[in-house]
Amino acid sequence: MKSVESIELKEVVIRFSGDSGDGMQFTGMQFSDTSALEGNDLATFPNFPAEIRAPQGTVDGVSGFQLHFGQSHIMTPGDHADVLVAMNPAALKANARWVNEGGTIIYDSDTFNEKSLKKAGFASANPFKEERLDDRNVIGAPITSLTKEALANSGIDPKTALKTRNMFALGIVYWLFNRPLRHSEEFFDKTFKKTPELAEANKTVLKAGFNYAETIEALTRNYKVAPAKIDKGTYRNISGNVATAWGLLAAAEKAGLQLFIGSYPITPATEILQELARHKSLGVKAFQAEDEIAAICSALGASFAGSLAVTTTSGPGMALKTEAIGLGIMAELPLVVVNVQRGGPSTGLPTKTEQSDLWQALLGRNGESPLIVLAASTPANCFHYAFQAAKLSIEHMTPVVLLTDGFLANGSEPWRITPMAELPAIVPPYAQKTDSEYMPYARDPETLARKWATVGMEGLEHRIGGLEKQDITGNVSYDGENHERMIAIRAEKVRRVARSIPELEAFGDPDAKVALVGWGSTFGHLRTATEELNLAGKPVAHLHFHHLSPMPSNTEQMLKRFDKILVCEINTGQLADYLAMRFQDVRTLRYNKVQGMPLTVKEIKAQVNTIIGG
Amino acid sequence: MTLNTKTLNLSAKEFKSDQEVKWCPGCGDYAILVAVQKAMPELGIPRENYAVISGIGCSSRFPYYMNTYGFHSIHGRAAAIATGVKLAKPELSVWQITGDGDALAIGGNHFIHEIRRNVDINILLFNNEIYGLTKGQFSPTSKTGAKTKTSPHGTVERPFHPGQLVMGANGTFFARALDTNIKHTTEVMIQAAQHKGASVVEILQNCVIYNDKTHAAITDREHKDDRQLLLEHGKPMLFGKKKEKGLRLRGLELEIVEIGRDGVTLDDILVHDAKTANPALHWMLASMEAPEFPVAFGVIRAYETPSFEDNVAHQIAEQQESSPIRCMDDLLFSGTTWAVN
Repeated sequence: MKSVESIELKEVVIRFSGDSGDGMQFTGMQFSDTSALEGNDLATFPNFPAEIRAPQGTVDGVSGFQLHFGQSHIMTPGDHADVLVAMNPAALKANARWVNEGGTIIYDSDTFNEKSLKKAGFASANPFKEERLDDRNVIGAPITSLTKEALANSGIDPKTALKTRNMFALGIVYWLFNRPLRHSEEFFDKTFKKTPELAEANKTVLKAGFNYAETIEALTRNYKVAPAKIDKGTYRNISGNVATAWGLLAAAEKAGLQLFIGSYPITPATEILQELARHKSLGVKAFQAEDEIAAICSALGASFAGSLAVTTTSGPGMALKTEAIGLGIMAELPLVVVNVQRGGPSTGLPTKTEQSDLWQALLGRNGESPLIVLAASTPANCFHYAFQAAKLSIEHMTPVVLLTDGFLANGSEPWRITPMAELPAIVPPYAQKTDSEYMPYARDPETLARKWATVGMEGLEHRIGGLEKQDITGNVSYDGENHERMIAIRAEKVRRVARSIPELEAFGDPDAKVALVGWGSTFGHLRTATEELNLAGKPVAHLHFHHLSPMPSNTEQMLKRFDKILVCEINTGQLADYLAMRFQDVRTLRYNKVQGMPLTVKEIKAQVNTIIGG
Repeated sequence: MTLNTKTLNLSAKEFKSDQEVKWCPGCGDYAILVAVQKAMPELGIPRENYAVISGIGCSSRFPYYMNTYGFHSIHGRAAAIATGVKLAKPELSVWQITGDGDALAIGGNHFIHEIRRNVDINILLFNNEIYGLTKGQFSPTSKTGAKTKTSPHGTVERPFHPGQLVMGANGTFFARALDTNIKHTTEVMIQAAQHKGASVVEILQNCVIYNDKTHAAITDREHKDDRQLLLEHGKPMLFGKKKEKGLRLRGLELEIVEIGRDGVTLDDILVHDAKTANPALHWMLASMEAPEFPVAFGVIRAYETPSFEDNVAHQIAEQQESSPIRCMDDLLFSGTTWAVN
């Protein structure tokens, strides 16, 4: 046995990368699940191409999965990787600039041949030197040949055997971080119940990778990351898309309604529809429509008939749904529209993250058509904001747009499960049969919501539609003064939602005169940057918007507390411009990056430092 | 459809809303409105269980005139909205009111898919072969050569035949009616409502302002007996003033024969089978055009097969029976979880 030094680390970032058929997402999820079960906090970031199987061995076809785990609260998947696993030269090429100084690179030396190097765009036989990575801890392992060898006598055909080489890499990384194999082994036993030979093959290769790492002289140290001190409770790993689906399910159960989802598959929103289609036992009606328009229209129909109606999509689909959202606003029916944002315009960057649909959500419709807009900010809190979106939509009788994005949708983190008993009630404003005639557009004096009479309720038959409504009666009206009054009512109804939402809070140094401001998925990076700057003695605060329409009632007052406001967004300044439009006295600075990737903590800190000096 | 067992003494009057009907004087839509208001009380369904859903166009104002639940929506999308209503609450009787532009142009995609899925919706397609509400442009059913505001030299497009579209989408019910024949239209609507699945009723409707007499070749007094074939399931396909003419199959073509001439007897005449799965003859019947052939009216196809919303409900019931996940807490705590103490 070689002597091994075990070093305690606070947090680590690992990036697994390979061809899009190499199973890197699966490998990353295995490591995440094991780490979570061992008590770490973590955040993940899958990053993959739009093509299902782009040409093998090319940089375009590289699929990556980054995870950040540690013994403290982890809010981002990390900027740069401490460990990079590269299954081929293209993976190294694509990720070279994301490896920390002092980081470790583990690569499959079998794939680093002349042909593959050339295909990946390397000019020389020494890719590490070429990328100026030769000072990193570079460990070449013949992963492909050792995988074949490990399964030589197993009876597994060579093609299937090769598919398990990701498990060899995982075995190495498990050893490197002192992780037990049993969680993955149990997973294989469960998953391949009917094909035990596949369970055995995966377990054999995983173990072979682990043993290899334990044996070779090149690895002299491994690491321990102690469990995180986190709140008591029952936890599970959850991705943003699954959390969104579950938040909607929870809202339906709380409101005593059937959940209806009408959706059309679109990256990166599809998993929400897929997830809900699995849960028919909870009474979900999951309808895969013929197109985006039918998807939202079927949802509106279901809402008219008394379901909690939802449609899920991404930017291009959102564009197609625009007219029907307007109908929902006019008909004043509950409807949740989830937009999992991706790079745009047009088809854009389907698998990459972006925050560029904010204006579309706030303003992108014909006519005066305000609605409620919310944005989730972490994979797990997609549950909370999906629940909130449904609650506000039902109780205020108006469509709600919930914005998430590709980064939240595919990313995952441990979530302290919120049991149903801890969630607030949702009370649909049902119409009641009374002696007097039901007036479809008579309103609750507090919220201005109209009463909901769903098809089938006796004695409340009425007609709604897209033509302008006469105040109170809901009859068709072309009267100009009535039209103006209805516009004002619809706007005031949305404005009054501010009474039901939390105020904007400042986090960080209470004396700060500089504030970082963001919305949506930049939360983790902005919060981490703020914490690190505060620790370094820099007085900075962080304000984060989850409610974009209406904004919290103290927004203007809160913004005015600061001398300098730096609005950071993955777009060209949509929130910053919106704030300027809403609050004439508020001046903002901005930091924008639109490269299909999350912001980094490092660059945010650098921006703040240029503002406050230091 | 769940038929209400209590005696419902409803009449046509109770299906009229208090809104003033605003179609042009002489419009065929008035007669269709009367037919629907006569058909609904016959079905034994309480008023609150009717949902009348429309898109955009002259015909789509229909829900405002019905004293039921109604939704006047956006252009072409009634099919999708109606699908949502029916899926959400299968016990409802859902009626979609649409026109040749709404259903076959902007809403063409939704139209074929609701038919393909066999959602139990009664689809009343008012076919006047023109865009009326935008004041006279050709529609997808306008005859080739039709001179309209956007085809001043005659349209060079080939029209859709709604019946062919229904058969092409593997539809289960297709019927044809004429606006002016209220009695027959009412009967056809009742049969459409009783059919479990997507029932398309094409109603030849006259637009007095922009396309007057477009169906005159079929409807005028002089020719109507020779140019209208009233189909009834199980009955021979006879037409003409004295029912002396009939249809016979020669090879893969239909031909008109006369009983008593060239040795033709009643036994040679085709007997209508609306219920057969094979749509071949239904397609030929739906495609017949005047003056070469009589135009077929009545229920051309009524093939019974399970409807979409029933299949969906059945799957849900199966899952509720077999799945260990019965409520949200079951789901939240299912699979891999761990406790932090």
